[in-house]
Amino acid sequence: MSTVGRFGDFGGRYVPEALIAALQELDAAWTEAMVDPAFVEELQRLQRDYTGRPSPLTEVARFAEHAGGARVFLKREDLNHTGSHKINNVLGQALLTVRMGKRRVIAETGAGQHGVATATAAALMGLECTVYMGEVDTRRQALNVARMRLLGAEVVPVSTGSATLKDAINEAMRDWVTNVGHTHYLLGTVTGPHPFPTMVRDFHAVIGQETRAQILEKAGRLPDAVCACVGGGSNAMGIFHAFREDADVRLFGFEAGGEGPSSGRHAARFSGGEPGVLHGAATYVLQDDNGQTLETHSVSAGLDYPSVGPEHAFLHDTGRATYEPVTDEEAMEAFALLCRTEGIIPAIESAHALAGAMRVGKQLATDPARTEPPVLVVNLSGRGDKDVDTAARWFGLVDGEDLVEAERLKAEEPVAEVEGSGW
Amino acid sequence: MSALHEVFRRCRDEDRAALVGYLPAGYPDKETSLAAVRALAESGADVIEVGVPYTDPLMDGPVVERAASEALAAGFRLTDVFDVVSAVRDGGAVPVVMSYYNPVLRYGVDRFAADLAAAGGTGMITPDLIPDEAGPWREAAGRHGLSTVFLVAPSSTDGRLRMTAEACDGFVYVASTMGVTGVRAAVGGDARTLVERTRAVTDLPLCVGLGVSTGEQAAEVATFADGVIVGSALVRALGRDRGLGELRTLAADLAAGVRRR
Repeated sequence: MSTVGRFGDFGGRYVPEALIAALQELDAAWTEAMVDPAFVEELQRLQRDYTGRPSPLTEVARFAEHAGGARVFLKREDLNHTGSHKINNVLGQALLTVRMGKRRVIAETGAGQHGVATATAAALMGLECTVYMGEVDTRRQALNVARMRLLGAEVVPVSTGSATLKDAINEAMRDWVTNVGHTHYLLGTVTGPHPFPTMVRDFHAVIGQETRAQILEKAGRLPDAVCACVGGGSNAMGIFHAFREDADVRLFGFEAGGEGPSSGRHAARFSGGEPGVLHGAATYVLQDDNGQTLETHSVSAGLDYPSVGPEHAFLHDTGRATYEPVTDEEAMEAFALLCRTEGIIPAIESAHALAGAMRVGKQLATDPARTEPPVLVVNLSGRGDKDVDTAARWFGLVDGEDLVEAERLKAEEPVAEVEGSGW
Repeated sequence: MSALHEVFRRCRDEDRAALVGYLPAGYPDKETSLAAVRALAESGADVIEVGVPYTDPLMDGPVVERAASEALAAGFRLTDVFDVVSAVRDGGAVPVVMSYYNPVLRYGVDRFAADLAAAGGTGMITPDLIPDEAGPWREAAGRHGLSTVFLVAPSSTDGRLRMTAEACDGFVYVASTMGVTGVRAAVGGDARTLVERTRAVTDLPLCVGLGVSTGEQAAEVATFADGVIVGSALVRALGRDRGLGELRTLAADLAAGVRRR
């Protein structure tokens, strides 16, 4: 086992030899870029003028009434350009692509957030862009497919395997190994072979750096706990990293509990997974006793992934962070609650972190030694516009037949008349 | 000296390349798979790579990927691989396993090596395990007398070619093109160049894979390599004719090809 890119026993580079040269090139380019003032300045300029950073830290008092009386602050990554934290990493890697003299980026996407962010950065920097997306997901997220195509990207539906995110990653890896000379694989989360887990974390570390300064200013102290949802785990690593040395700040990652850990229909790697290797990294993997990857389930496409970033596996095994499943139902309850109490529609992924924070707040409130309300920070990693359809069906807000009828009308009417009239 | 070392020595003595055929264990189902590797051995394959079907085969093109899915759907269990390995040996060819790492890791690396050796296997090719990460596997292979076969690629630096060849035993798998497994119209000059670069750093037999599908291509590769690896074309032949006729015909054509150098 090599020591390159290791987090304890996790991480590494479990990929075909054909990719090693490209990974070394990427590692070198990234290492040099991070100490090049011109690169750092350009990235900061984009974060400020294009993404809209720093993102605010919003205290949500009405929501907090349901979290055991804790003070709850949301890190508003949902307000970034393209609607989620994904843009932080995408801009960094797109700049690196240009720096390496490559002219094409490829990416995988599940719900479409990372695909849209990649297509956005590719448009901004004049790069060719191909996005791989499970065929099942292209149907569930047709609007995001349209978004990526509007931005000039080619979207390739993947029908192999389970036709979801993990298969999109396989297909992107196959493309990369074939076209590695002029193509960069713009991986969207903190997993994959080294340097991806560390590099993607570092591009997202700005989330935690801002949060730490903002909470000190607003609450006058560090939080008792930082909560984030964990699919691959990039938003969580981004906010955790700045607090890793603060021993009194507890770190909580919330995974997709789906229909409950005992149902078998979930994506809770730390409840049902075992250490293994997937997509280039040694980490926890949901697998059967033959080492075959299991299919996962979550109401949120962004958390519906059988493996997790290797640094999370390390934080789990060392006990520095705590990982708990949140079921579809708990997440949707928290989703509705934030909508009603604060006028913020969160991504369903982020709603898992909100549900987890409610749980943590209630637990902390039971400590009799506590003299002041606990302070919680939740990374609100994305906005929920993309999830309105799912939520409408979940809560029965719109009749199923009305939805079908609306889609039929839209499909049949001339384009000019579809979009309604004025306000 | 294992059967794997011997077969390459014999081919060298006969002034020809070895034919290395690949078939996934359990494809299209276990019984047919056992018959298929015997047929492949009888039709002239010297070495047979027994593939382990895996849910996430990121080095494989559509033909092998679909075959793996079908084998898994038909109920493939990892232990089936040992029965297929024994069948290869019964058929008179030398068995090696080709597996992505996770199924082996899950089974237990040392336990896998012990059971593979007991079944008559001679080693394992690891498409997603580079020598840098292969410590536990190399130790287990050493304990059970198995060969470790790693891949080299056109993008490998000279330093990595040397390091990888030094970690190999039995032969070196020369992945001739940048890309995934699959049939290609032309095998191309990349293969010859990479063989020459690898030859400069090792005396091990060099087997060229990725793209060969006809006796003619096999003959061409046999002029500069010690072994010709054929995978997707054989899998396709088996898929088209489960009575094994096409598989036997193709294997015989390829076997003639490697003798025509």
